[in-house]
Amino acid sequence: MTTTVTTPGGTAGPRAARPAPSAPALLRARRWLGRNALRIYGAVAFAYLFTPIAYITVFSFNDGGRSNLVWRGFTLKNWANPCGAPEVCSAVGNSLKIGITATLIATVLGTMVAFALGRHRFRGRTATNLVLFLPMATPEVVLAASLLTLFLQLAPIGIQLGVTTIVIAHVMFCLSFVVVTVKARIAGLDPRLEQAAADLYATEWQAFRRITLPLVAPGIAGGALLAFSLSFDDFIITNFVSGNVNTFPKFVYVSAQRGIPAQAYVIGAFMFFLALTIVLVADIVRRRRAPK
Amino acid sequence: MAIASVAHTGPAAPPPVPPGRRRSLTPYLLLLPGIAWLTIFFVVPIVTLFGTSLQVPAEGGETGVFVQAFRFANYVDAVTEYWAQFSRSFVYAGIATVLALAIGYPLAYMIAFKAGKLRNLLLVLVVAPFFASFILRTIAWRQILADEGFVVSSLKWLHVIPQTATVTASAVAVVAGITYNFLPFMTLPLYASLERIDPRLLEAGSDLYGNGFTVFRKVTFPLSLPGVVAGTLLTFIPAAGDYVNAALLGRQPGTAMIGNVVESRFFRIVDYPTAASLSFVLMAAILVLVFLYIRKAGTEELV
Amino acid sequence: MADDTGGDLHLRDVTKSFGTFTAVDDLTLTIPQGSFFALLGPSGCGKTTTLRMIAGLEEPTAGSITLGERDITHAKPYKRPVNTVFQNYALFPHLDIYENVAFGLRRRRAKDVDKQVMEALALVELPHLARRKPGQLSGGQQQRIALARAVVNRPHVLLLDEPLGALDLKLRRQMQIELKRIQTEVGLTFVHVTHDQEEAMTMADTVAVMNNGRIEQMGAPSELYEAPSTTFVANFLGQSNLVTGRRIAADAEAVTVLCHGQTLHVPVSRCGTEDVDVLLGVRPEKIHLGGEAQEVAAGLNSFAGGIVSDASFMGVSTQYLVRLPWGQDLTVFAQNRGIGEQYPVGSRVTLSWEPAHTFALAGDATAGVESDVAVPVG
Repeated sequence: MTTTVTTPGGTAGPRAARPAPSAPALLRARRWLGRNALRIYGAVAFAYLFTPIAYITVFSFNDGGRSNLVWRGFTLKNWANPCGAPEVCSAVGNSLKIGITATLIATVLGTMVAFALGRHRFRGRTATNLVLFLPMATPEVVLAASLLTLFLQLAPIGIQLGVTTIVIAHVMFCLSFVVVTVKARIAGLDPRLEQAAADLYATEWQAFRRITLPLVAPGIAGGALLAFSLSFDDFIITNFVSGNVNTFPKFVYVSAQRGIPAQAYVIGAFMFFLALTIVLVADIVRRRRAPK
Repeated sequence: MAIASVAHTGPAAPPPVPPGRRRSLTPYLLLLPGIAWLTIFFVVPIVTLFGTSLQVPAEGGETGVFVQAFRFANYVDAVTEYWAQFSRSFVYAGIATVLALAIGYPLAYMIAFKAGKLRNLLLVLVVAPFFASFILRTIAWRQILADEGFVVSSLKWLHVIPQTATVTASAVAVVAGITYNFLPFMTLPLYASLERIDPRLLEAGSDLYGNGFTVFRKVTFPLSLPGVVAGTLLTFIPAAGDYVNAALLGRQPGTAMIGNVVESRFFRIVDYPTAASLSFVLMAAILVLVFLYIRKAGTEELV
Repeated sequence: MADDTGGDLHLRDVTKSFGTFTAVDDLTLTIPQGSFFALLGPSGCGKTTTLRMIAGLEEPTAGSITLGERDITHAKPYKRPVNTVFQNYALFPHLDIYENVAFGLRRRRAKDVDKQVMEALALVELPHLARRKPGQLSGGQQQRIALARAVVNRPHVLLLDEPLGALDLKLRRQMQIELKRIQTEVGLTFVHVTHDQEEAMTMADTVAVMNNGRIEQMGAPSELYEAPSTTFVANFLGQSNLVTGRRIAADAEAVTVLCHGQTLHVPVSRCGTEDVDVLLGVRPEKIHLGGEAQEVAAGLNSFAGGIVSDASFMGVSTQYLVRLPWGQDLTVFAQNRGIGEQYPVGSRVTLSWEPAHTFALAGDATAGVESDVAVPVG
């Protein structure tokens, strides 16, 4: 605005002299960019999200020996024998055992709490919500430190840090997430469906068993999946309360100093692709079942 | 026909009445195991943590033995000594939260409004990195951003960053790691609140002479505020207490956060009272911040 | 349930309060076996609460409900021979149509489930949809399935909670006829809750008009329409012109009322009040519109000196608003039979009607006026 002094003839001339098709082409390109800017941004963002995954996947095929820091050549032997590094397999075994146990307990208890909150009136609702909310609003390191002080004080009566204490801790922090997931599903349920069941001669138990439970099931499954992934991937709390028991994240963290065996990358990549497959297959099945 | 059916649905249906069950024992029985678990393994530990924070080393005792002395000065000592780490935790977490919001908001917006049929797939993809171990992903970033690695050398070759710059073991690397690791926590709640916005509201906005940016500022953003609040909290809280990124991507003690101090006070120095008072201060500070933030944002519904 | 003897449904002094709000206030009602009964009223009048108490989904605060000889006041919903067609249908989304209809039969371990389900589906003419899920059906189809799911249990009383509310106008008309046919075919007692006066009048043998938790008037549709006993009914059921007046004389047959200087007559049987101050009512389609100069036949009630202030052509009829000398607008429907005159806005007219079409009431002239209630056309 401040730089150009225009005379009517001066600017109109050169512009008119421009080759006609180039201006619309430029304009089209700009419009295309404008329309697709968000999509391009999305592609870049996803590339960013998946960069470490790509790295993990590539290096799971590295013939890199113990440290796996530098690319030394392609091999399938890590995938063929993920137990080639024995500590990896025992750590994964522990993580699975802990994850499954904690998920089962947290899902059952969390679903019960969700039903109490979603389907009943009772005194102490505010206190209940607070006890559920606080663990989610507390940093993991604080949860970890507080549990450790409790377990240390209980040591004289025979509480040893190990698989049990890890499961206890995991159930504690997974519980609220299960409650939130299941409660959302219950809230979305039309209460008239249960009334219709009662109207059609179903006792309270039959109405729950035949109508409510099947309709809430996807929420419970979602909560369980969330609980398992939180438990399987947890490091901070596990590190505090595990004593000398090794889990997969703990193993990776500890061996980060001296180099992580390629087998650990195999496990990481495998878990990623397994989870992705499960979620995608579940989505396809869901779409098939409810075409509309 | 569409208009007719809208016009003839009659007066709004009365809201579905929850089953009018009288007070019974059932809800308490349902609550008992779960709430008992949280009480014993969350509430009680917080109390023991507070107890531990007031202890002092036993007179002439061996390492790791402490006696209760109700020494509130422990808090003063802890906060004075680790003031730097405290402020670093909040600054790093704050920057990472803002960055995650800046990266996550357009991403969530794109998925909610521009993804069409790919919406569900993209949503799965946002969460998918979670499943490859958190620690492994962080280590992968350390390798990718290593000073001798491909990315940093190319950036130096292109003169985007100075030749003498180091990324490894820097504050930048720690904040970048935190941002990356908690990005899905930001994106999901943002998506959830954006997805609920009726696109017709946006059309109404532009129909009423709002240009793209005005519509966003006056309609879209205010309506997505609950997602912004939830997302920033879900990012900020774990970020402030995190020590994995600082440990794996940073350099001690230059980038140590409060989590690193707690961890080393527990396991290396075996100084439980200091670790406990630090944890307690961290929790209290975060709860106060969360409370003020929620009050300010005016959103009560979080869970 | 087939083992019960059935009988009339009695509600005695039934009251339902939610906190300080009384939804249903001392309601006493008898619904004869096999009748098609409609509970009509604006939203919040207590009709749905009444229905839910009969279904067992709410418990009365006071009073009793009996079916034949059996007291069902406190029986659980699954223990009463009563089924409901829910508003928005409440079909179980995870079960297919067949299993939805079979649900009640299976709970009661009935024999011949298959035969009964297919019969019920045939009754609503949708047997080909048995294996579909509710989400794949249109609104009208879902409505029929909800009906089949209830009817298949052969309850003694079938409750319908605004069953046509979610359908569009055309489908609604069709379903009204359908419902009436099914009721005649299966011979069950139908209790139909609706806020749509036209729906209630078309289908029901008996209509009870509810307002503020009480029944204002109950009777055959024509009876309610021709001789409303309260201003609420007069205004809620169709439209009424109500004019204030004073009773000046009465003999064995008629009451004489002075309205704004005009003497009018009401048959004693149609006079619902003993007060001196009355509201005189006449339905818009009963009024004859004549030119200023036309002579009014002897024995008719009439108002002279009206001016047409608005005329809306509605196809089968024309709706006039006529401003009378004291400033009140009366509504007049004139059939477009092609005979008789059309009166443009500004015309001077005289209104006349039979005393037998006049009714007299006490109370508030605006009770029950609903601006959004459709005017019956033709």
